[in-house]
Amino acid sequence: MLFKNYRKRFVMVMDTRRCVGCQTCVLACKAENGVPLNGYRDWIVTETKGEFPHLSMQIRSERCMHCTNAPCVTNCPTGASHYAKGGTVQVDRSLCTGCKACIAACPYDARYVHPDGYVDKCTFCMHRVERGGNTACVDGCPTKALAFGDLNDPSSDVALLLHEHESRLLKPEEGTEPNLYFLV
Amino acid sequence: MALSRRQFIKIGSTTAGVAALGSGLTTDWWSLQAHELTDPRTDGQKVVATFCELCFWKCGVLAHVRDGRVTKLVGNPKHPLSNGRLCPRGTGGTGALYDPDRLKKPMIRVSKRGEDKFEEVTWDKALDETASRMEKLRATYGAEALALFTHGYGGSWFTQLVKGWGTPNVVAPSYAQCRGPREAAFELTFGHGVGSPEAIDIRNARCITLIGSHLGENMHNTQVQELADAIAGGAQLVVVDPRFSVAASKARYWLPIKPGTDIALLLAWINVIVTEKRYDVDYIAKNAIGLAELEAHVAGKTPEWAYPLTGLHPDLIRETARFIAASRPASLIHPGRHVTWYGDDTQRLRAVAILAALLGSWGRQGGYINQSSMGIPKYPPFMSGRSGGAPADKPSDEHYPMATELLASGICDATISAAPYGVKGWMVYGTNLMQSLPNPKQTEEAIQKLDLLVAIDVLPAEIVGWADIVLPESTYLERYDDLWAASYKQPFIAVRQPVVEPMYDSKPGWWIAKELANRLGLPEIFPFKDAEENIRWRLSEGGYDVDMALRDGVLLGERVPVTEEEGLEIVFETPSEKIELFSQQLLDAGLDPLPDFTPPDEPPPGMFRLLSGRAPMHTFGRTTNNRVLGSLMDENEVWVNSTAARALAGFEDKPLATGDYVMLENQDGVVSGPVKAKVTERIRGDAVYLVHGFGHKAKGLTFTRNRGASDSVLTSRYKVDPVMGGTGMNVNFVRITRAEA
Repeated sequence: MLFKNYRKRFVMVMDTRRCVGCQTCVLACKAENGVPLNGYRDWIVTETKGEFPHLSMQIRSERCMHCTNAPCVTNCPTGASHYAKGGTVQVDRSLCTGCKACIAACPYDARYVHPDGYVDKCTFCMHRVERGGNTACVDGCPTKALAFGDLNDPSSDVALLLHEHESRLLKPEEGTEPNLYFLV
Repeated sequence: MALSRRQFIKIGSTTAGVAALGSGLTTDWWSLQAHELTDPRTDGQKVVATFCELCFWKCGVLAHVRDGRVTKLVGNPKHPLSNGRLCPRGTGGTGALYDPDRLKKPMIRVSKRGEDKFEEVTWDKALDETASRMEKLRATYGAEALALFTHGYGGSWFTQLVKGWGTPNVVAPSYAQCRGPREAAFELTFGHGVGSPEAIDIRNARCITLIGSHLGENMHNTQVQELADAIAGGAQLVVVDPRFSVAASKARYWLPIKPGTDIALLLAWINVIVTEKRYDVDYIAKNAIGLAELEAHVAGKTPEWAYPLTGLHPDLIRETARFIAASRPASLIHPGRHVTWYGDDTQRLRAVAILAALLGSWGRQGGYINQSSMGIPKYPPFMSGRSGGAPADKPSDEHYPMATELLASGICDATISAAPYGVKGWMVYGTNLMQSLPNPKQTEEAIQKLDLLVAIDVLPAEIVGWADIVLPESTYLERYDDLWAASYKQPFIAVRQPVVEPMYDSKPGWWIAKELANRLGLPEIFPFKDAEENIRWRLSEGGYDVDMALRDGVLLGERVPVTEEEGLEIVFETPSEKIELFSQQLLDAGLDPLPDFTPPDEPPPGMFRLLSGRAPMHTFGRTTNNRVLGSLMDENEVWVNSTAARALAGFEDKPLATGDYVMLENQDGVVSGPVKAKVTERIRGDAVYLVHGFGHKAKGLTFTRNRGASDSVLTSRYKVDPVMGGTGMNVNFVRITRAEA
């Protein structure tokens, strides 16, 4: 990168116009990350407004927002939930006691308790990203409704998408500064 | 909620796919230290390219294998149907492979047929028994007394087997119960069917009109990929559906039509486009016949005429007609796929075809396109086969004159009536006839007339419970199948090859068919050692690179022009060699030469029309036992309009709410459920909706059994299409009652 102190800022952009809510993202994540059948690191939300026949609907693929000001990190008593590379939020399983303080603190309900006792959630597939890859949900999505990348790189997919389209954040009033953007 | 609390310090893990933690954790874990990056290690030590079988689309798959287990399935980037991306079903294919309910051993029935009681036997015993009973059938009634019902790509081996043995009765419910009316209508109009994958250019369409087709919920992978690209590129959607589908939510116009009145809407659209001369005048003058008759036919069928029939305001009909015409020729009227609705389906699809013709979209970019396929030599090159005579699916030639494939429902009828001749044996490959044919009671009646019912399947579906002999097939991830030379805009040959060894005592279809052929004294039907040899022979004989095919899972052919814009010369293989807006062929057969509207039956008081459709994570009833897909949807819901729910009789004390369990009872007293209610604004008040494929009762399907309601069971009535014999199934009505707690 250009500057020695360059810091990546990983974000995801989710295009609600492309998404059909098929949930491939959910299963691609489960398969990639060995997520148990009753646990979910990502999920689909369908929001319908209006009355028949005047209706509108938005479909979103949601997951951990990897907040810049993450209440899970603030509330984790052991330091298991922490800020990591690229501004992501990660859970260190070896430090997690399964106390669920983070689950209570998260306004997006992004976490679940793994059968092995630790709290689990979306990692932005850092094990793939570190090898130069993309997240499993982004690669798997048949409608290309998901994009992932470094927002600090103006030529990245995510930077271009957010430059060209109107976007919204979920629950911005919580002050969490989420890093999952929705194109509407 | 009970929470299993994990030990603080845990070195390693019993969960597959979780990396062992590094050392040093036993000391100083409370203070600062480098956080471990957890690699779930699901990348394969080996990656095998094959193609999917979770539905009929057959996308290219890359299967990752680690320590002998399939860890994940991802799209093959080289395959033109997946383009590197699968749908949820393909992604969840491991749930089919590792389904604990799979058929594990060959079985022979030990009690009354239908009681679902079997003993496990050896393959030798099961195959000997099958072959000897087939021979007995032939000695008594002739070979044509055997019918093969088949669905799925592996069925080709059994088609080859029974045709070589001497019966012409090879049927697939995918025709008369699904896309048949569409094929008949387009062949009548353009001289060419739509095919599968459909020969349409969604990506380049500027306007896409969906009539009852809920693409997106209907997860035909490549079509949905193109739809998303088209939407992102600014294409507009017009969606005609009694339900606010996912596609409707993305549409410029949603037309919540009264069910069963689509022909009225189509005629009104044609009326506007013809009277306002918005059609492609040059294209029609050059390519079509029958415009004058069409004009006369639609005169008076104005939007105002259609208003009371369809419930759609004339302004909306007129505006959408103009909107659709404004984007021509890149204005795609999607032909749909599961189109057997009301028994006049070929005529409705004729109206679709006529509209497509008026827009000049046949043979044009963003419309209907030309597809081609690559040639592969057959092996054996010449099938001697025994003479099979005429098929049994039609009682006489006067019935369903335009059928271009055999009718599965017709074979069922012939089995019951013994006309034109008795069908006394069924071989059923991969299709659960209790759900894929309408009126399961009638299917039961036919089964009780049989001398022999052999089921070849992966799962113990309902039909397997009715069989005399059960032959457990390996899943698509454990077997070779024949090569697939697809007809597509990018022609290709796809290879299905095993990713892992067959589990249990299951066998690949090719092996089962070949063993039967040997026992029937017809080894020449499969003159190869195994399917791999067959594939290699066919590829190398065709001059293709065998190693590349096996490595990549797909070979691409030369792309030929698919549209007029690319240099395609459009030809019509109709008798007139023109587009036949007016169909002399239909008139000669004593049928309506132009589509006419007949009003559908009204729901009886207190009842709703039962509509059914698809969910993206399931294919029919084939996938509902798949626990991976079940983690996304493990039961269906009955959609009920909110206003209608408030007025529901029997719910005065406590209005029906989402999540309440109800029973559905149809006009013939057939009951299905309990099923969860979804009270929603997203559907009209005169219809209810179920996702097809739930409400299983087979005892061996331990995951999906008794979950949800079965639209198939509730389809005790159907209307037969006089043109091609399709079974219109949206003609049933249901009453909603509260389920006993």
